[in-house]
Amino acid sequence: MSLIEMRDVKKRYKNGVTAAQDINLNINKGEFVFIIGSTGCGKSTVIKMMYREEKPTSGTIVVGGLNVGKLRNSKVYKLRRKLGVVFQDYKLLNKATAYENVAFALDVLGLPKSEIHKKVIKALDLVGLKNKAKNYPEQLSGGEQQRIAIARAIVNGPKILICDEPTGNLDPPTSAEIMKVLMEINKMGTTVIMVTHNHDVVKENNKRVILMESGRVLKEYKEGEYA
Amino acid sequence: MKFFRIFSRNIRDAALSVIRNFSLSLASVSSITITLLVVSISLILSYNVDNFATLVERDVTIVAFLETTATREEVIEVENAIKNMDGIDSFVFQSKMAITEEMMESSEVFQNIMKNWSEDENPLQDTFLIKVDNIDEIGFIAARILELEPVDSTKYGEGMIEQLVSLFDVVRKVSVGIVLALIVVTAFLISNTIKIAIFSRKREIEIMRLVGASNINIKVPFIIEGLFLGFIGSIIPVGATIYAYNRIYENFDGQLFSPFIRLVEPFPFLYGVTIILIGLGIIVGMFGSWRAVRKHLKI
Repeated sequence: MSLIEMRDVKKRYKNGVTAAQDINLNINKGEFVFIIGSTGCGKSTVIKMMYREEKPTSGTIVVGGLNVGKLRNSKVYKLRRKLGVVFQDYKLLNKATAYENVAFALDVLGLPKSEIHKKVIKALDLVGLKNKAKNYPEQLSGGEQQRIAIARAIVNGPKILICDEPTGNLDPPTSAEIMKVLMEINKMGTTVIMVTHNHDVVKENNKRVILMESGRVLKEYKEGEYA
Repeated sequence: MKFFRIFSRNIRDAALSVIRNFSLSLASVSSITITLLVVSISLILSYNVDNFATLVERDVTIVAFLETTATREEVIEVENAIKNMDGIDSFVFQSKMAITEEMMESSEVFQNIMKNWSEDENPLQDTFLIKVDNIDEIGFIAARILELEPVDSTKYGEGMIEQLVSLFDVVRKVSVGIVLALIVVTAFLISNTIKIAIFSRKREIEIMRLVGASNINIKVPFIIEGLFLGFIGSIIPVGATIYAYNRIYENFDGQLFSPFIRLVEPFPFLYGVTIILIGLGIIVGMFGSWRAVRKHLKI
């Protein structure tokens, strides 16, 4: 059974713009999927609907057994606890340390302090930033900030990790580092969906690719097919 | 256990937020402080006006003059009739001889004139001084007393009293209206300031949602923060009110311009004002935060 299933999904904004239509996708457990396409092709809208930042106008989206389209606003947190999200601009709390930023995700769940500490250290270790736990975001490089954001996204052990242009603001060596971390997370069993317009990153990693254009899925490439 | 853990975390986060977002907290606290000061001044004025009106109303007396020929039995009959009348607060009887003595004591001129008056020759009248429960009924009660035999006439400042009562009524309504309007304006001002402060933390709310915080989990720390801001904002108005009112009361010896205008005693009056100011600050602070956060939780 698919972990993420999208059936005839359409998103039309109030201003009349149709950002996505006829979207039919199945993403299985443990997959690594790139969603690529030019600016404005609807790739970000598709993943925003997956984590219910946007509601589909029509169609069905089921993520981890939850019907996202029918999910009430007050129940969105149930979906968010099943997945982690990483953004191009990191979305870190500038007034909190790296440790606090990662711990924040567990803090809201009301976990005991000792358990939070254990999990945060493990996540920071996974992204290679255990030694920067006490630093504030402004004291870290872009790549390091993104790794903190990844640590925050995975600290709760989500089944799905959604990444919206995670290497968009980074130079090629730093992007490679981030990709290495994401591949590591994927190897541990987490399904990763990554939106990017960086073809080099896609080519280097030989994973399943969904190519979008004008709000539709133009073509799908199986693992190793995209070159 | 989990509930207490989340709750204590919320209190800790709210306190930290007040400190971390110092400039925004200061803006909210200043807005609360200034508006509560205005509310406090209007509360004190309004309550004192009301108190003054009540005191004046309580002092208004009907004087009932009996015929000079009234016998002791007739006086007792009138006394009983007044005693059984509804709406009477208290009354005092003054015999014409008692009034004569009082007048003789107050002036030598009176003494020389009145010293040789016998009870029969005395042209003064026995009187009843009557206070009523409700000043609105004073005219009606005075008319009923006048119907009693041998009451000759009644006086209570007709015309002027009715005007005074309606004037006080207007003043009271206006002052209550001003206080209520100020409270509404305060609520609006404070909640708007907090709204602006929270708008700048849109990102924080967005991240909270992202990491799986439920709406209630997001709202509670902000509402507690609003409570803190409201409480902190009410400290200066409460302190200033207690200090200033006590000083005014002591310096003016509890009266304004003349003994006729008595100020309300500082305590327990100021306890009430304190509770209103702190309560208003806290409720409006919490309400403002709730309103502001709610806006960011809609998708």
